[in-house]
Amino acid sequence: MDNTNNIIEIKQLWKEYGANIVLERLNLNVKEGDFVSIVGASGCGKTTFLNMLLGTEQPSRGEILLDGMPISREPSVERGIVFQKYSVFPHLTVLENVTLGLEFDAGSVTSMMLGRSFAVHKTHITDEAAQMLKRVGLEDAMHKYPHELSGGMRQRLSIAQALIKKPRILLLDEPFGALDPGIRKDMHALITSLWQQQKLTIFMITHDLSEGFALGNRLWVFDHVRKDDQAQGRYGAQVTFDIDTQQDTTSERKAVMA
Amino acid sequence: MAKIMNYCPPRTGRLLLGMLPFILLIAVYLMASDARLAVNPADKLLPSIDSFVSAIDRMAFTPSKRTGEYLLLTDTLASLSRLAMGVGVSALIGLSIGIATGVIPLVRSTFSPLVTALSLIPPMAILPILFISFGLGELSKVMLIVIGIGPIIVRDIQLRVLSLPEEQLIKAQTLGGNSWQIIVRVVLPQIMPKLIEAIRLTLGSAWLFLIAAEAIVATEGLGYRIFLVRRYLSMDVILPYVCWITLLAYLMDWLLRLLSQRLSPWYHQSQGESNG
Repeated sequence: MDNTNNIIEIKQLWKEYGANIVLERLNLNVKEGDFVSIVGASGCGKTTFLNMLLGTEQPSRGEILLDGMPISREPSVERGIVFQKYSVFPHLTVLENVTLGLEFDAGSVTSMMLGRSFAVHKTHITDEAAQMLKRVGLEDAMHKYPHELSGGMRQRLSIAQALIKKPRILLLDEPFGALDPGIRKDMHALITSLWQQQKLTIFMITHDLSEGFALGNRLWVFDHVRKDDQAQGRYGAQVTFDIDTQQDTTSERKAVMA
Repeated sequence: MAKIMNYCPPRTGRLLLGMLPFILLIAVYLMASDARLAVNPADKLLPSIDSFVSAIDRMAFTPSKRTGEYLLLTDTLASLSRLAMGVGVSALIGLSIGIATGVIPLVRSTFSPLVTALSLIPPMAILPILFISFGLGELSKVMLIVIGIGPIIVRDIQLRVLSLPEEQLIKAQTLGGNSWQIIVRVVLPQIMPKLIEAIRLTLGSAWLFLIAAEAIVATEGLGYRIFLVRRYLSMDVILPYVCWITLLAYLMDWLLRLLSQRLSPWYHQSQGESNG
C-alpha cells in the first residue's frame, strides 16, 4: 500500500481500562485531505479513539503516527479540536477568541509573560483573525461575547479558533449535535467548503448516520465484531466498515443501516 | 385574582415595601426608648434621638479633648486599613494558591490537604498564638483576618478553577498555550469575578475577626471604641458605631460589585445580572 501521503497511521492500536477492552487491533491509514466521519453505538469507543488522537488519552498498545512520527502525548497545535460545547472562551470577544491562538506563539516577551501581543504585532494578528472570521461568516459579530451568540454561531467561532492555527488534523466531537436541523445544514455547507478550500484532514464523530454519509469522503463504523455475553468487556470494538462515501454506496449503505 | 406568587409590586412600591421594616424598627425603638426615659430620665439602655445626636457630634465632629483627633475618623481609618490589608493579603493568597492548586495537579496533591486542615482551625482559638508571635501591633490583627478568611478563599478559588470546563483547557492547549499562558489568559480572567464574589461573601467574617482583635488589643479602631465605651454603658455611642460599620460594609460590598461589573462585564451579562 502506498504510504507516502498518509498523514495518520494507526498501528495495532488497543485501548483497555483494566479488564475492559474498549478498542482492539485498529489498523488504519488516513490520507492528507481525507474527511473521516466516525459513527457507532454509544459506548463503543468513538470518543476514546478521538481522545487518543487528541492526546488526552494514551493507547494501551500500538501507536498513532502523525506524519510518520509518534503523535504528541498531550494536546498540541498540530491538532485542532471543536467540542459539542464549552470550547469557546466566555470572557473573550469573538475576535479575541480567535486572536488568542496567535498571541500564544507570537514569540515576543509579552507573549511569553502575558500571552498577549501589542502594537504592530497586534494589528497584524487582528487582520488575520478578521479574515478567518469572515470565512466562517462571523464578520458582523466580531465584538460580541459568546453568550450573545446563538449555538450555531458559537460553533462557527470554535471552528475559526481551531483553523487559525492551521492544524494538521481537525477533530470534531459531535460538533453539530446540539444544533437545530436548519442551522445544522448551514454548518454542513460551511465545513464542507472549508474542507475543500483548505485541504483539511478532518475526523468527525457523529451519532447521526445520514450526517456521516453526507459529510466527507470516508465513513468509519465502530462496532464489536466478537461478543461474549458472559463478559461484555472481553472484546473491544473495531472499525467494521471503512466506506468511501464518494463512490456509489447504495449496497454498503444498506449494509450499515441493517 | 392572580396567585400571590405571580404578583410583582411596581418599582416605587418595591422601594416603599423595602423601607417599611426599617421604619417599623425605628418606630418601635422610639416608643420603647420614650417609655423607659419617662420612668427614668437617666436610663442609658435605650437613649433618645437627642443623645444620639450629641454623641455623634462628640465622636465625629468635635476634636477629642485628650488627643485633638476626631475619634470616629481615627477609628475608621485604623479599622479600614487593617481590614484592607487583611482582605487584600487574603485575596492575593487565595488567588495565587487557589489557581496553582486548581490548575496544577502536582501542587494540588501537595497543598490541598494542608489548606483544608488550615481552614478548619477556629481562628479565634489561635489568637493568643498570633499575639505571642506577632506582637500586639497591627501585624497580629491583620494576620487574624488572613488566617480567618484566607483558607476559605483559597478553597473557593480552587473549586472554581476545577469547575472550569475541561474542554476549554484542552482547547487552549491545542491553540499552543503553555501552562503559564493558559493561567494568565484563560483561567485568571474567568476567576476574577469569582474572587470578587468570594471576597464579598467573606467580608462579614473579616469584620468579625477585626472587631474581635481590636476588642482585645488596640489603641484605636471601631471595635476598640465599642468595647471601650461598653464600660460606661454608652449605648448612645455604640449604636451609631454599629450603624456606621454596617454602612461601611454595605458600601464595600457595593463597590466590589461595581468593580466586578467593570472588570468582567461578560460574566454579569451571562449571569442575567441579578446576583446583587
